Amino acid sequence: MSMQQALNRALAEVMTENPRALILGEDVGQLGGVFRITDGLQKKFGEARVFDTPLAESGILGMSVGLAMAGYHPIPEVQFDGFAYPAVNQIICQVGRMNYRSRGKLPMPITLRVPSFGGIRAPEHHGESLEAMFAHVPGLKVVSPSGPNEAYHLLKYAATRQDPVIFMEPKSRYWQKGPVNTGADAAGYRPTGSRVVREGKHLTLVAWGAMVARCLQVAELAAEDGIEIEVLDLRWLKPIDAEGLAASVAKTRRAVVVHEAPRTSGLGAEVASIISERCFGTLKAPVERVTGFDVPYPSGDLEDEYIPNIDRILYGIQRVLEYRRG
Amino acid sequence: MADVLALDGTGRAELADEELRELYRLMLAVRHLDESAIRWQRQGLIPGYAPQLGQEAAQVGSGYALDMSRDFVFPTYREMGVARTVGVDMVEYMSTHKATWHGGLYDPKASRFAPIQAVVGGSVLHAVGWAHGQTLDGTPAGELGVAITYFGDGASSQGDVHEAMNFAAVMKAPVVFFIQNNGWAISVPTERQVAGGSVAGRAAGYGMPSIQVDGNDVVAVTQATATALAHARAGNGPAVVEAMTYRRGPHSTSDDPGRYRTLEEERTDGGEDPLARMRTRLLADGIADEAFFEEALAAARAEEEQIRAGINALGPRPGTEMFDFVYQEPTQALKAQASAWREESEHV
Repeated sequence: MSMQQALNRALAEVMTENPRALILGEDVGQLGGVFRITDGLQKKFGEARVFDTPLAESGILGMSVGLAMAGYHPIPEVQFDGFAYPAVNQIICQVGRMNYRSRGKLPMPITLRVPSFGGIRAPEHHGESLEAMFAHVPGLKVVSPSGPNEAYHLLKYAATRQDPVIFMEPKSRYWQKGPVNTGADAAGYRPTGSRVVREGKHLTLVAWGAMVARCLQVAELAAEDGIEIEVLDLRWLKPIDAEGLAASVAKTRRAVVVHEAPRTSGLGAEVASIISERCFGTLKAPVERVTGFDVPYPSGDLEDEYIPNIDRILYGIQRVLEYRRG
Repeated sequence: MADVLALDGTGRAELADEELRELYRLMLAVRHLDESAIRWQRQGLIPGYAPQLGQEAAQVGSGYALDMSRDFVFPTYREMGVARTVGVDMVEYMSTHKATWHGGLYDPKASRFAPIQAVVGGSVLHAVGWAHGQTLDGTPAGELGVAITYFGDGASSQGDVHEAMNFAAVMKAPVVFFIQNNGWAISVPTERQVAGGSVAGRAAGYGMPSIQVDGNDVVAVTQATATALAHARAGNGPAVVEAMTYRRGPHSTSDDPGRYRTLEEERTDGGEDPLARMRTRLLADGIADEAFFEEALAAARAEEEQIRAGINALGPRPGTEMFDFVYQEPTQALKAQASAWREESEHV
């Protein structure tokens, strides 16, 4: 099934299992969301549990805080990543802090779905990579699925947590299909930590969201030259799975981290730091970053120049492989 | 003052004599505690405080109208009088001003009083979410719990307040927006803050009823709030109460009102003191005598002394609590930071 279907199915199951779960946002009801992730859910669960709000993101998040205080599990959607900005005050000052401020008496089980990242040639603010901003906020957790199976399991898991989770959906992957294990053997699966999606021994490519698929393509190409690349899907951007990261890099002794967001103070810096702390003794080269640039996310025509492409990732790999200690 | 739009809920009947005396006792206790808190700040017992001198009638009157078995209060940082009226533990409340814990040490869930909030306008939306939750619970109209959200003329400039009013009106959420228009947002007067001169006046644009009430008349505030609560409780949606009052003191213990208003202006604009007014009324109506006022003063003093002792005895919270309350399920990274802090700070 597609990632869109997998997310839709996960939401339906969460709503069935938890009568206190609610879906709210702009156009999530009758329309089923502009990406159709909530398609059919209002019909299935009623207008009380799946409802359209006025067009105001701060209102959606502020209202979610109050609903959580009243014992609900809100699953709000902001329509596009760039529209999380008007809600930042509520996300940082309220969603991220209410549990702390109330000494654990008012938990914030809010699962905020954010269609994220670029790759669909959308207008301004319809493609942004906000993971570092969210990951920097105490009290929040951040996760991003790379494919349909991850999307299904991570959303089901995130939407049953007692802490707020920012769920960053790679919108360019919504229509990609893949097997999803919804069987009985998948029940109880806890998708915590990272996941090795391709094993290798020469270098670890660390990525999340839409960049995982691209890194797998890169690994295929590199394999033709005899370079065996391990691809690690980080999945959780907060908390980062430091053990999983270190285990992979301890084996390959080289790492390149790939993300769409601007380079400066991006999450790649955090990943590189964790690797340095844990693997310094065995690293054969400094950790390389292949990222977006320190520019506003560009218009569609320039997206291919901005988002790390196969060539740029291969160059990054080459720099690491050719590194010699001075 | 006039209703901007008539409310169709039924308000509160005449208050009984004992209720009127109770309103005075509460206002006096609040006045005493408020003035003491300023002294405590000067004496170094607490680092800061946001006084509400002059707003006793607005706070006590509105708090008194609530049904705390089902309603929920969303305060800012200047609602000590409301907190006292609805029964929040005052040592735990004042702990936020002692810099013990953001939001205060009281249990907001059990107290039905949300944590003290520094983001002006931020909690107004929370009230709408909580209130909408009451309608989702399937509670019948007439028995709905109502969210009352407090904010001032300054906060009414925030976009979140507009979003909250619009959401509440669209969803018919049982919310009472209680504005204390105290004339000043720190140094900026209402006329440079509120276009049109009235927050209640905006309600019509949202199709909400509103009442602008003399915020220094505790009985009028109680009745206006009760009317608004009845409207919301009956399932008719939100309502606005704007209590016209005056912040007689500084914005906070760090503020110097002499930079933006003269003492003469304070005397003129402040009008009659809400406590003095109520005292005159109780005496005139033969509801209270001098013995009552002496007794009320003694009770307020005793209470203040008890709260002072409680605050004095408050030590800092254990440093582990910095880490304990960030998440329900703490991350490994945070646990590692907590244990490094323990070792490096010799708290092992």
